[in-house]
Amino acid sequence: MIALTDVHKAFGSKQVLRGLTLDVAKGESCVIIGGSGTGKSVCLKCVLGLVIPDSGTITVDGQDVTRGDRDAFLARFGMLFQGGALFDSMPVWQNVGFRLLRGAQKRPKPEAREIAVEKLRRVGLTPDVADLYPSELSGGMQKRVGLARAIAAEPEIIFFDEPTTGLDPIMSGVINDLIREIVTEMGATAVTITHDMSSVRAIADKVAMLHAGKIRWHGPVGQIDTAEDPYLRQFVTGSAVGPIEAVR
Amino acid sequence: MTPILAPVATVGRSTLALLAAIGSVAIFAARAVSHLLRPPFYPRELLHQLLHIGWLSLPVVGLTALFTGGALALQIYAGGSRFDAQAVVPQIVAIGIVRELGPVLGGLMVAGRVAAAIAAEIGTMKVTEQIDALVTLSTNPLKYLAVPRILAATLSLPVLVAVGDAIGIFGGYLVSTTRLGFNEAAYLRNTVEFLETWDVTSGLIKGAVFGFLVALMGCYHGMNSGRGAQGVGRATTNAVVSASILILAANYLLTELFFTA
Repeated sequence: MIALTDVHKAFGSKQVLRGLTLDVAKGESCVIIGGSGTGKSVCLKCVLGLVIPDSGTITVDGQDVTRGDRDAFLARFGMLFQGGALFDSMPVWQNVGFRLLRGAQKRPKPEAREIAVEKLRRVGLTPDVADLYPSELSGGMQKRVGLARAIAAEPEIIFFDEPTTGLDPIMSGVINDLIREIVTEMGATAVTITHDMSSVRAIADKVAMLHAGKIRWHGPVGQIDTAEDPYLRQFVTGSAVGPIEAVR
Repeated sequence: MTPILAPVATVGRSTLALLAAIGSVAIFAARAVSHLLRPPFYPRELLHQLLHIGWLSLPVVGLTALFTGGALALQIYAGGSRFDAQAVVPQIVAIGIVRELGPVLGGLMVAGRVAAAIAAEIGTMKVTEQIDALVTLSTNPLKYLAVPRILAATLSLPVLVAVGDAIGIFGGYLVSTTRLGFNEAAYLRNTVEFLETWDVTSGLIKGAVFGFLVALMGCYHGMNSGRGAQGVGRATTNAVVSASILILAANYLLTELFFTA
């Protein structure tokens, strides 16, 4: 469904992606792991058109992402950002229902609110949260609101950027379980980027490890503990000793 | 490179950087203007910005105009007394306020208040990925964030200038009649009879141009903000400084255009 082929991207003299090739099948939950600064977020942003690759092709259902109706293309996506990226000038329900209040998917305001409250309930938040502002929420609640916004318009493809960063282990577990449930329930294609191995085990069907701007290893989640690749082994065990330099 | 050529290279680099910045601002302005007439429109955002930029700037613009009008009356009276021309205070206060001080001081005060707020808000949105989030929600950030602010500032400033003109003239009237011994009715008659429609209109046109520049600089620097608190701080400073300089430069050009032909 999503295919990145030989994608290169540099920022000034810093080469981030160096020929990234990755396929994600329809309905699959792919988790991309890798150290900080290896280009995981850039990879997602290239698919969404937030960053333009220097070379290579990216297609979704065989269609080049740089061509065609951009609004229709983006309407197929939902994204949970690392910091939530909630709009702090509007209450929670308007954040969740943002897409339903304007543009092609616009609904009457009461209906948009009803859907937003329903999505909030789906991620374990009570309706009284709907009228709060993002700054009044804890980190875990903000992640849940971000998740509710990502699924509000029932997208076919959902991206999760570091969904558990900054959360305690229990809240991380809650978010991981929610993501897994929602992806399965909606039948969506999901791509998650994370450092958190508990997220990998909870969310992934397939794992891809990004190192030095390329996919170093990829395979089913069940193989990550038995794979021979030294880079993957070091990452999975969290060892400071190995081929991946600790000082980057 | 020989040491003797180093200053030349520095000047060359600075010139190229300046030209690149001018080009970048011009492209940003052209894109923003091109979106003014193309749907989707965001009327609620526009109303919100009219309230924020226009209505909430009234106190600062009004107080600035009031004190400036009063000080201007004192200065003109003191200066005019050197050649026995104290009687011109109402006329000079009026023309000084509506042609120059009203729009320029109003523009500068709004630049300080609004350009800084816009750059800080949009810059923070950029560093917290809210602008990326807008894109993923099929919303053009330029259209959603910049266009309503630019339109609201362009529409609000002439109104603020008109109100500031009236308050500034009132400040001059208050000081002249209570401190300098002018007759109330004669002061008002001299002001009204002296002013021409073009004096007022030219000031309002200047206000619209300054409003456009203030919001443009706020949006441009916010959208191009660097990372972190330092990046947002620098964007805010740059927005206020560039808006202020552009207001003063545009004021000279417009005055040249309006009054020397």
